[in-house]
Amino acid sequence: MAEFSLPKNSRVEPGKTINAANGAKRARRIKIYRYEPDSEQNPRQDTFEIDLDKCGPMVLDAIIYIKNELDPTLAFRRSCREGICGSCAMNIDGTNTLACTKSTASIKGDVKIYPLPHMPVHKDLVPDLTHFYAQYASIKPWLQSDSPPPPDRERLQSKEDREKLDGLYECILCACCSTSCPSYWWNGDRYLGPAALLQAYRWLIDSRDEATGERLDALEDPFRLYRCHTIMNCARTCPKNLNPAEAIAEIKKMMLTRTL
Amino acid sequence: MSRSKPLSPHLQVYRPQLTSMLSITHRASGIFLSAGTVVLLYWLMSAASGAARYAAALDLFRCGLTRVFLVGWTWAFFYHLCNGLRHLGWDAGYGFDLKTVYRTGYAVLAASVVLTGLIWACVLSQLGGAA
Repeated sequence: MAEFSLPKNSRVEPGKTINAANGAKRARRIKIYRYEPDSEQNPRQDTFEIDLDKCGPMVLDAIIYIKNELDPTLAFRRSCREGICGSCAMNIDGTNTLACTKSTASIKGDVKIYPLPHMPVHKDLVPDLTHFYAQYASIKPWLQSDSPPPPDRERLQSKEDREKLDGLYECILCACCSTSCPSYWWNGDRYLGPAALLQAYRWLIDSRDEATGERLDALEDPFRLYRCHTIMNCARTCPKNLNPAEAIAEIKKMMLTRTL
Repeated sequence: MSRSKPLSPHLQVYRPQLTSMLSITHRASGIFLSAGTVVLLYWLMSAASGAARYAAALDLFRCGLTRVFLVGWTWAFFYHLCNGLRHLGWDAGYGFDLKTVYRTGYAVLAASVVLTGLIWACVLSQLGGAA
């Protein structure tokens, strides 16, 4: 059910302020959500005033600067720093995106950073993605085929069939879309969410896959698929410019056409 | 150490944007419209209950506050209708490109305001002498 306010243990309290921007030409306040699991305290919001000339151009550069120079206890995920691994997905300036491809200069005023929305938080900017990954696994994201592959080569696909996977295979499972979706916020326990459903469609339209019927059966459920109300926050926020809502609509169309 | 993990902020921090705002407005206008059907029913029943009752209903509908609500219902009707057409397009697989989503979104907003204005211009000019 929709719960609009945060539980008592999740309300964000004011935190500390560290000013490291004395004499800076490009000073910026970076406000970061903090949660320390070993303390008995609520999450808080810390403010770091930094000199943007002392770090790289992206929000991830600013966070790494803060961790290295101002507060080594700050926890966040990062890896590739070029938008291909999906680790540094977080809520920056009100929308979900990758910290490594979001430039600090593109944000007006204070830079506010939170973990991906409506998720259990391990520590600081590190959400618990266990359920998200379990939902991904539930759509069986692998090729299912009864026909044996040709003995001498891989399973081939026409150029046209391969093109159907464009706009789907690029997904890096950063979870920006699912955690931007109000429907996923309220019903994420049973609704699969845009990321898992985009992947479900990726296998549904793969010409080499032979489990289309079973895959559709598994999605034929009032919650798993049909909690998508075409809000479109997913497509709006995807850092790879993919369109999960469109993929979900295509699945709904497949559900309908197979009954005709 | 049995403290449960906190839930990260959601509505509290997510930026309001056209996509989500039009969606929640679609729901709200639907709920508001169902309340409006009760008023429509009241009007029909008063018409079926004789001249005196009907005159009383008309007096109520002429009062300023009721007018505000009537304009509200008219707008909710047109918004729900226009955005419903937008949803039909989506259900048929069209209009998912983000640019199109924004264009049709603004178009729906504009159309609902224009249609509400037109209806009420008609109503008020009809009432001209009587009101």
